Amino acid sequence: MSSSKRSTIIVEHLRRQQMRDVISKGKRLDGRVLDEMRTLEAELDIIKKANGSAKVKLGDSEVIAGIKVETGEPFEGLENKGALIISAEVLPTASPYIEPGPPDEETIELARVVDRGIRESEMLDLDRLVLVPGKIVYTIFVDCSVINTDGNLLDATSYAVVSALLSCKLPIFEIEDGKVVDTGKTQDPPLTTIPVSITQVRIGDTIILDPTAEEEACMNARITITTNSDGDYAAIQKGFTGGFSREQIKKAAEMARIKGEQVRAKLQELTNKTG
Amino acid sequence: MSQTRSLIDKQGKRTDGRTAEQLREVKIDVGIIKNADGSAFIEFGKNKIIVAVYGPREVHPKHMAQPDRCVLRCRYHMSPFSTDTRKNPAPSRREVEISKVMREALEPALMLEDYPRAAIDVYVEVLQADGGSRCAGISAASVALADAGINMRDLVAACAAGKVDDKIVLDINDTEDKEGGADMPIAYMPHLDEVTLLQLDGILTKDQLNECVDTAIEGCKKVYEIQKQALMQKYFGNEIELKEEQP
Repeated sequence: MSSSKRSTIIVEHLRRQQMRDVISKGKRLDGRVLDEMRTLEAELDIIKKANGSAKVKLGDSEVIAGIKVETGEPFEGLENKGALIISAEVLPTASPYIEPGPPDEETIELARVVDRGIRESEMLDLDRLVLVPGKIVYTIFVDCSVINTDGNLLDATSYAVVSALLSCKLPIFEIEDGKVVDTGKTQDPPLTTIPVSITQVRIGDTIILDPTAEEEACMNARITITTNSDGDYAAIQKGFTGGFSREQIKKAAEMARIKGEQVRAKLQELTNKTG
Repeated sequence: MSQTRSLIDKQGKRTDGRTAEQLREVKIDVGIIKNADGSAFIEFGKNKIIVAVYGPREVHPKHMAQPDRCVLRCRYHMSPFSTDTRKNPAPSRREVEISKVMREALEPALMLEDYPRAAIDVYVEVLQADGGSRCAGISAASVALADAGINMRDLVAACAAGKVDDKIVLDINDTEDKEGGADMPIAYMPHLDEVTLLQLDGILTKDQLNECVDTAIEGCKKVYEIQKQALMQKYFGNEIELKEEQP
């Protein structure tokens, strides 16, 4: 059952006040301006056993994404599409507040929102990942592990998935005598667009981009907006217990387009991919 | 999601005969569960959902209690017989997420600081699902909370808008959700002009997004009127009729 009891870091009263004061003057405690992202870094292909992998750092939030490709039956109702499965886990290594055990609702939301952005933007052309229509398709697992947390896990995880997909190599499978054979050769994945997730949070009446853990502990509401390469919207998730006015939503949506384009260019640069 | 057939005919009618801006039929009954402190039953198109509210009451387990405010707990659950293929009764990841966004959609309306050390439990049971069940659930839950006498800043009304055949339409039904282009559920507090739930899946351009938000909010305002009516009916039922009779 979903409960409103919070298990985030505790920010002292004075620090909270200081943060609100600084933010109302258009600055932030870590020296950034309101709409400034933290540095984004990506290391690719760090797991040789995976078909593609990436370690992404967004400030101090760190996520590893690994891709494993197999073959299997298609999903019910999607018989002529490859299967894409995205999962996310916050490892107990990531912060003193995380304990081992089944995922809590926040982690489930994380995985589902990241999945929604990639899936709805149709980044991977799943129509082209079918071996025997209705019977055998490519099954692509993208598993993410958050190894250190400092806020905005939604974007950091999404960037890790995108980086891993941009740099992965799919094995080429063939059907011989009704059986799946791995040819040992690889191909680039069929990509159509680069989705970029941008998370903004409202603290008081001010909206800031890419919150740290400390800022998230003080936020009133959160909104995550994913855009594709055309600048269209593919997914949105409002989170946390506060609301947004209609104007704030429209402004946030425009901001997600502008910032999304910058992050997209950065991700392309980091992965040496165009298009 | 690619669309295979046309979902709006030449007269501008949708699969269930509605126009683009038309809401499905919404009916809310208040106080349908005797044991609950507050309850509501909503029929939102073919959705049938019951909501029971218990609380403010003592928190169990006790360590969950907050010294300065009330704990709000929310469970969204679908009955195994509510869908085309039987749904496993164990809570799915989807239900966990919806329980969370639902709680976050309701919380801004509640004056939780008025009930320290207590808990309010909201149980949303979907008996029959027809697309847009989270919106229907939120709308009913906020009525049930009001029925329980919880101090509230506003009612939360919820309604989805989406894209069908490249057109923005109000209140997506099951078919449109599965075959259409985009779905955007919104929960909104009309009196405070605050959006408390917003999700989107599917592609929308910049202009479509703005139109979709505006359309959904208009829908929420219609739901709001029905919610108020339902509460009035329960608490002032006879008085309303008397007033209407007098010239």
